[in-house]
Amino acid sequence: MAQSEGQKVEGQQHPIGIYFKIWGLLFILSAFSYMVDYFHIESYLRWFLILLFMMLKAGLIVAVFMHMLWERLAMMFAILLPPILVLVFVAIMVFESDYTFFTRGIFFAVGS
Amino acid sequence: MTQSSALTSTGDPHARPEGWQGIAADWSSDQRAFKNVPWGKAMMWIFLLSDTFIFSCFLLSYMTVRISTTVPWPYPSEVFALTIGGQSIPLILIAIMTFILISSSGTMAMAVNFGYRHDRVKSAVLMLVTAAFGATFVGMQAFEWTKLIMEGVRPWGNPFGAAQFGSSFFMITGFHGFHVSVGVVFLIIVARKVWRGDYDRNVRGFFTSRKGNYEAVEIMGLYWHFVDLVWVFIFAVFYLW
Repeated sequence: MAQSEGQKVEGQQHPIGIYFKIWGLLFILSAFSYMVDYFHIESYLRWFLILLFMMLKAGLIVAVFMHMLWERLAMMFAILLPPILVLVFVAIMVFESDYTFFTRGIFFAVGS
Repeated sequence: MTQSSALTSTGDPHARPEGWQGIAADWSSDQRAFKNVPWGKAMMWIFLLSDTFIFSCFLLSYMTVRISTTVPWPYPSEVFALTIGGQSIPLILIAIMTFILISSSGTMAMAVNFGYRHDRVKSAVLMLVTAAFGATFVGMQAFEWTKLIMEGVRPWGNPFGAAQFGSSFFMITGFHGFHVSVGVVFLIIVARKVWRGDYDRNVRGFFTSRKGNYEAVEIMGLYWHFVDLVWVFIFAVFYLW
C-alpha cells in the first residue's frame, strides 16, 4: 500500500484553526443550551431552543470533527440517511405514547 | 500497486464524478462503494451507525415511558442540582460534564491532525489528554450515580416522581458511561502505539497482527467524537426536557 516516505501529509488534513473555531462554537452552543434551563424558559420556545442547539452541535461534530464534510456523497448518504429515518420511529412512538396516556387517564379516572 | 490503485482509486477522488452521478457511480461500480475511505474507517462508521440505533432505541423508549406516564416526571433541573457555597445551582454538574466532553473532542480532533503530520509526541500527548478528560467525565458520572442512589433513586422507583425515571437514567447514562470507559482504554492503547512510533516502523499489532498506520488515530477519533455526539442528544432530551 501507499508508503509515506518523504510524504509527510496524508489522509484528512485540514488547518488546525478550524478545530479551534468549532471547539469555540460548541462551547458557546452548550452554554446557550444550559442557559435555556438556567433562566427557566418554558413551553414551545424551550423545545425549539433545545432541539436547535442540539442539532447545531451534532451537525458541527459530525461535519468537521468527524470529517463528514469532506467525504464523498456516497459515504454521507450511507451513514446519515438511516439515522434520519429513525424520525419515523419517533413519530410512531409519540402517537402511541399519547394514546397510552389518554387511555390511562380514562382508566384511572373511572376506576376499575 | 498499480492494479490496486486502479481498482480502489485511493489516489485522486476527484477523478470520479461528483454529486448524484457520483453516488450512482460509486455504488454501482461492482467494487467497494466507499472510494477514498480506508476499509477500517468505513467499518468504524458502520459500527457507529449500528450504535446509533442502539442509543436511538434507548432514547425512544425513554421518550415513550415519559410521555405515557400519568405520574409527574421528576424535575431534572432540581434532581441534578448541586449546592455549591450554600447556593443551589441547577444542572451544574451536567453542564461541567458537557464542557469536559466537548474539550476532549477538541483535543482528539487535534490529535488526529498531528497524527497525519507524523508529529508523534504531540499526537500521543493530545490523546492522553483526551483520555484524562474522558476519565474525569466517568468519575463525575460515578459521583452523580452515587448521589442519586444515596437519595433513594432505584431502577424501580424514586422519591421524586415517576418510577420510570430511575430505569431510564441508569440505562442511558450507564451505557454511555460504558462507551466512554472503553474509549479511554482504547485511547491509551493507540496513544502508546503512536508514542513508540509503531505506525512509522510498520510494527504489527498485538491483537490483529496487522501493520497499522495513522488512520488508526482517525478511526479512534471517530469513535470518541461519536461518544461526544451521543452525549449531545442525552444532554438535550434527558436533562433539559
